[in-house]
Amino acid sequence: MPLNKSKKKTPMPAQKPEVRRRNFNEVALGYTEEDAVNEAQRCLQCKKPGCVQGCPVQVQIPQFIKRIAERDFDGAIKVIKETNSLPAVCGRVCPQEEQCEQRCVVGKMGDPVGIGRLERFAADWERAKGVQVPELPAKLGRKVAVIGSGPASLTCAGDLAKLGYDVTVFEAFHKPGGVLVYGIPEFRLPKAIVQEEVEFIKKLGVEVKTDMVMGKVLTVDDLFDMGYEAVFIGTGAGLPKFMGIPGENYLGVYSANEFLTRINLMKAYSFPETDTPIKVGKKVAVVGGGNVAMDSARSALRMGADEVHIVYRRSEEEMPARQEEFENAKEEGIIFDFLTNPVRIIGDEKGWVKGMECIRMELGEPDASGRRRPVPVKGSEFTMDVDTVVIAIGTGPNPLLINASKGLELTKHGYIAADENGKTSREGVWAGGDIVTGAATVILAMGAGKKAARSIHEYLQSKR
Amino acid sequence: MFKILEKKNLAPSIKLFVMDAPLVAKKARPGQFVILRIKEGGERIPLTIADYDAEKGTVTVVFQEVGKTTRELGTLKAGDSIQDFVGPLGVPVEFPHHKKVLGVGGGLGVAPLYPKLKMLHEQGVEVVSIIGAKTAEMLIFEDEMKAVSDRLYVCTDDGSKGRHGFVTVVLKELLEQGENFDEIIIIGPPILMKIGAEITRPYGIPTMVSLNPIMVDGTGMCGGCRVSVGGEIKFACVDGPAFDGHKVDFDELMKRLATYRDEEKISLERFHESHECKLTEQIKGADSDAVK
Ligand SMILES: Cc1cc2nc3c(=O)[nH]c(=O)nc-3n(C[C@H](O)[C@H](O)[C@H](O)COP(=O)(O)OP(=O)(O)OC[C@H]3O[C@@H](n4cnc5c(N)ncnc54)[C@H](O)[C@@H]3O)c2cc1C
Ligand SMILES: Cc1cc2nc3c(=O)[nH]c(=O)nc-3n(C[C@H](O)[C@H](O)[C@H](O)COP(=O)(O)OP(=O)(O)OC[C@H]3O[C@@H](n4cnc5c(N)ncnc54)[C@H](O)[C@@H]3O)c2cc1C
Ligand code: SF4
Ligand code: SF4
Ligand code: FES
Repeated sequence: MPLNKSKKKTPMPAQKPEVRRRNFNEVALGYTEEDAVNEAQRCLQCKKPGCVQGCPVQVQIPQFIKRIAERDFDGAIKVIKETNSLPAVCGRVCPQEEQCEQRCVVGKMGDPVGIGRLERFAADWERAKGVQVPELPAKLGRKVAVIGSGPASLTCAGDLAKLGYDVTVFEAFHKPGGVLVYGIPEFRLPKAIVQEEVEFIKKLGVEVKTDMVMGKVLTVDDLFDMGYEAVFIGTGAGLPKFMGIPGENYLGVYSANEFLTRINLMKAYSFPETDTPIKVGKKVAVVGGGNVAMDSARSALRMGADEVHIVYRRSEEEMPARQEEFENAKEEGIIFDFLTNPVRIIGDEKGWVKGMECIRMELGEPDASGRRRPVPVKGSEFTMDVDTVVIAIGTGPNPLLINASKGLELTKHGYIAADENGKTSREGVWAGGDIVTGAATVILAMGAGKKAARSIHEYLQSKR
Repeated sequence: MFKILEKKNLAPSIKLFVMDAPLVAKKARPGQFVILRIKEGGERIPLTIADYDAEKGTVTVVFQEVGKTTRELGTLKAGDSIQDFVGPLGVPVEFPHHKKVLGVGGGLGVAPLYPKLKMLHEQGVEVVSIIGAKTAEMLIFEDEMKAVSDRLYVCTDDGSKGRHGFVTVVLKELLEQGENFDEIIIIGPPILMKIGAEITRPYGIPTMVSLNPIMVDGTGMCGGCRVSVGGEIKFACVDGPAFDGHKVDFDELMKRLATYRDEEKISLERFHESHECKLTEQIKGADSDAVK
């Protein structure tokens, strides 16, 4: 296998910033076969690969990359799917620079191998030719319920179906996919991909029921009464946080959840073709520094805003967003106001936002998270002239299902307490993903769904 | 898909649907609501559960045609189906220790008031109610309300039926005459609830209102339905929709309801255009048939 000694990642074709900032089509266009083979040849095929240690689900990275280099794309996707059931999603949204690629030796003297891009390539290659449904074992005639349909739930449901269980997914929204459909925008993760993943688990025999707000329409007790022998809870961390500053109820102030849901799930970008409206003004401020803030800011731009600011109280270094998305956002013209914190939102007489008063911050001593704590600089208040504010400062656990479920122990922050296999304090009930860890990543949620599926299988095996 | 089993025209622009929704019917309680979506691309809109029958598996909703979605809904017939019908959402109301309750319903508000009073009546509580509408023909649920009330006052703004004037006038009279209640429930347009709550405040009688902010998911995940109650932010879909009327910031609620006024107009105009086109097509079609 020839080695490609380039210090740079093979570039991925992408829409130009000045074009993409006004459309919702995918930004990065993916590798061609030549690009993929070329990039695969940068991998040294390490005997003790650091990259695999960096991947939360231990994708056998050198093995799949070797197959791409050999043009055995079928073989490559097979290797990936042994541990990762949503590679088209992970290849696009994993924070690779903190995971697999961070530990890649090639990265010590230049760019690491583009593992995420290669994973995406292999997955897209398989999708283009049509995903094969694996041969399924005989049905066991035993029912498992899965609540929510984000990555944790989809993975858990898929794995259990492959073992022969009758799995039903209960989703509150009218469309399955969790954050993958209502949160992460089309330009980063096309909804057709999520749709295909859902179709795939349906082909495995999983029944997906939408419009099911669990805790209201059915409780965990009801599920056991209906003959489900185990329940997996993957309801995510969907409760929006507000800042608690004056003016947050003015018209034009949105939580990121509402802003993104209106745009992505309800397709407000096609209004009035579709019926759900959104109001995006000319000057938008997005408060926060994570992926959610990046997605909100870039969506605001695509909805026609003239000027979009990201207002973040710490500095660039502490920002939790994926590197690639930060760079994309900058290229598209998003303005970053670091070390800045809102203190109040100002409204006009009709109640519409007309400004946001902020204060400058400086970094002090490290806090509990190990990051230096931002402290306000006295007398540095100033007013930003904005007409829309999106608050993306984090989310918490939604208590709707939890409150209706008896016997579930919670953590002190209100998340469901579960062991490393997702087992909760209540017999027959597992939980995983953001509802256990707090807002985290797609790949961690998937990993949790996977472990829970294995643990549920062991439990049901031993029960009979 | 959820089927419309029965449709009734209660008043000009006010319609009633009996929906086939067994799971919702089984869990529904007074004070709760559903969110529905007519079809792909449609908006999610909340409607109060006006009645339910767990055995038959049916849920009744009453709606007023105010904008695009409710008008489109109004064009559907018994036998048609809608895409989504989610619920029951919101906190059910409970009145375990009440002996005497006053219900005040204005306009469409009579429909959401009804299930609460029906439950109270079935619990043996003395129920007094005041219902009203703009004119006699806009009055809804009069028979239903009569059946669950020990005493019923009817008002119309134009005097075409019952007392001439607003429901709040009768409310004020009853209180001034010294009549006492364990609780007063007021449901109607926000301005009615605001005025009503101001009338009851000096008497210190607990006053429940049911709020109708703009909603998206109805499960507490978007925060769009936030209202200020006693200086705190509450999400009406999961903390309500019933709240202590003496603590609600109605002015804020009314402002927030106007958020999408421009867009609502665009939506409605487009809807009218496409409907008029269809109508003229039908007429043309009929003409050409006649020619043949
Ligand atoms: C805007 C945004 C951008 C992000 N970007 C990235 C990224 O680039 N990379 C990355 O790795 N991670 C990213 N994340 C985080 C990632 O999406 C989440 O960590 C992941 O989706 C969590 O998966 P989950 O399965 O636990 O829950 P979710 O994806 O949150 O799904 C939970 C599902 O449960 C449903 N549900 C909730 N309550 C109920 C109930 N009572 N009954 C029935 N159903 C219910 C919800 O409707 C939802 O569909 C992002 C998150 C957001 C919001
Ligand atoms: C908990 C609750 C219970 C309700 N119960 C009933 C009921 O039993 N019968 C009934 O006729 N109406 C009820 N409503 C109001 C009903 O939801 C709105 O009339 C409907 O959404 C209007 O939609 P539209 O497209 O026809 O009109 P639009 O032209 O979109 O709006 C007309 C007005 O309705 C309000 N509205 C618009 N969109 C929404 C939305 N998504 N959610 C809430 N309000 C909105 C706004 O104030 C707007 O100005 C209820 C609202 C809530 C929150
Ligand atoms: S799943 Fe994510 S972390 Fe693992 S190899 Fe793929 S991109 Fe890297
Ligand atoms: S660490 Fe880098 S070079 Fe080594 S096997 Fe992994 S991807 Fe290849
Ligand atoms: S409607 Fe979204 S939180 Fe209430």
